Amino acid sequence: MNLLVRDLAFGHGARTIGEGIGFDLRAGEVLGLLGPNGGGKTTLFKTILGLIPAKAGRITLDGEDVARWSRARFARSVAYVPQAHAASFPFRVQDVVLMGRASRLGAFAVPGRADEAIAADALATLGIGHLAERSYTEISGGERQLVLIARALAGEPRFLVMDEPTASLDFGNQARLLDQVRHLSRRGIGIVLSTHDPDHAFLCHRVALLHEGRLLALGPPEEAVTPETLRLLYGVEVAIVPLPGEGRFVCTPVLAR
Amino acid sequence: MTAPAIAARPALRSALKGVLPLVALLLLVLLSLATGKFAVPVADVARILWTKLLGLPSTLDPTAQIVVLQVRLPRVLASLVVGAALAAAGSTYQGLFRNPLVSPDILGVSAGASLGAVLGIYLSLPVGAIQLLAFAGGSLAVGAVYAVGLAMRRHDPVLTLVLAGVAIGAVLGSAISLLKVLADPYNQLPAITYWLLGSLASVTLGDVGAILPAMLLGLLPLVLFAWRMNLMSLGEEEARALGVETRLLRPLFIAAATLVTAAAVSVTGVIGWIGLIIPHVARLIVGPDFRRLLPASLLMGAGYLLAVDLVARTIAPIEVPLGILTALIGAPFFLWLLANAKRSWA
Repeated sequence: MNLLVRDLAFGHGARTIGEGIGFDLRAGEVLGLLGPNGGGKTTLFKTILGLIPAKAGRITLDGEDVARWSRARFARSVAYVPQAHAASFPFRVQDVVLMGRASRLGAFAVPGRADEAIAADALATLGIGHLAERSYTEISGGERQLVLIARALAGEPRFLVMDEPTASLDFGNQARLLDQVRHLSRRGIGIVLSTHDPDHAFLCHRVALLHEGRLLALGPPEEAVTPETLRLLYGVEVAIVPLPGEGRFVCTPVLAR
Repeated sequence: MTAPAIAARPALRSALKGVLPLVALLLLVLLSLATGKFAVPVADVARILWTKLLGLPSTLDPTAQIVVLQVRLPRVLASLVVGAALAAAGSTYQGLFRNPLVSPDILGVSAGASLGAVLGIYLSLPVGAIQLLAFAGGSLAVGAVYAVGLAMRRHDPVLTLVLAGVAIGAVLGSAISLLKVLADPYNQLPAITYWLLGSLASVTLGDVGAILPAMLLGLLPLVLFAWRMNLMSLGEEEARALGVETRLLRPLFIAAATLVTAAAVSVTGVIGWIGLIIPHVARLIVGPDFRRLLPASLLMGAGYLLAVDLVARTIAPIEVPLGILTALIGAPFFLWLLANAKRSWA
């Protein structure tokens, strides 16, 4: 079970933002994508999801090219967790999560009892069962992000593509969300997520660094995330120090004195 | 209280929720059939309808029968059908364009359909051809507005959509004005003017029969894909990521709503604001789930236009064109929505 991206070029309209992107994602693996603002992380994700046509390259699932797959077939394998956003209409949280079942239902079908049970399970998995009856427009940004993950899980996908899941969250919610990511990967779901925060990279199995439209590095965080690569990526000096007792590292910018 | 009685209560309540609005609508229909210059007691109206339905011989006043069955009934049926259609189209557009403040009027559909229909009147075409022209005009208008919206993605999408609707509506309005200048001032112009103000006064049962197929055809996809419509309101990319074939569904929904609007406009003329207000009120009552929003919009739209038409033909010695009343009620309500919108609009 793997998602393979090979030699992908992506961009908007006539403009190519990046090219030569290649990586694979296995079941239960967490791959972090690190890159500066406006570096094309979201565009790359949307291209992988088939929402924007790829300019070159292939995407395969278990060796099969997904280019001709129906939207529903692809969605059953790979789910998208967009950045939490304000909704136009006040759907209840449980109805939002039920929408994640769309790829598993026929065109004319509506969700039934079994689907509702799966949606409730997804909410419970993320520890937000108490939000089920609330309106999506009335909950906080952090809660919305969790609801969108629950919606993705309701489709029972094998892979999750998460676009900056921690971006709109406060410190505590970021930690809780990263806990959830780890928990989901232990259940065998392959996850690729983008983040602003190099610290989060050290919680991933592997890290890809997107720099000027190309992958600057791809590998275990200890190898890919170094003061040199971060300087190239963000244009600032960074110190990477081990966190005692945790077996991982934290990054902090070195400011000019 | 026994356990089954407790269990039965929610079922009873939800049954009541479905039945009560229908009963209210039926009472409004009877009241409409009874009220007018020639008043007929409600009990007689019920008896006239009953005997007619069963095909029994009637002993009631023949004048009352003619007034109820031939003068008022076509009008009542037309207002039910047109009101329901405009409200259903409005709730569809609002979901598709992800904004509770859009409507057939704002998207230029009404103006486009008007231009088509006015052209049909100008060319003295039969009703069927006028309908086709109205549909073509409405489709072209919504297509143009949507294309402008896509081309200017960098700007605020809602603002772009609304402003594009205003601009394209102005172009269509100038074309309508041109046709009015060119039209025969004795035969065609009064018809065009009266029609542009919206009226059910000259509607026949034949008209209602003529638009019914188009209405049902337009409603069919809305009913069949009602749950998918909820996903469409998440926006193009999210809906596709969730496995919805938006490239098929979006044009289908737009065509369906436009067909329904054009069919309504082709017999009654321009009756604005229903497609904006009714879906909004319906959403406040039943929530945004299109599976409940669509029937609620249909029912409330039917009842609203029936009530407004009743006022239009009884409030003054002469009949007030419907478009004047719906705008008079709708525009202040629109401003109230703007003032109370939770999300910033521009």
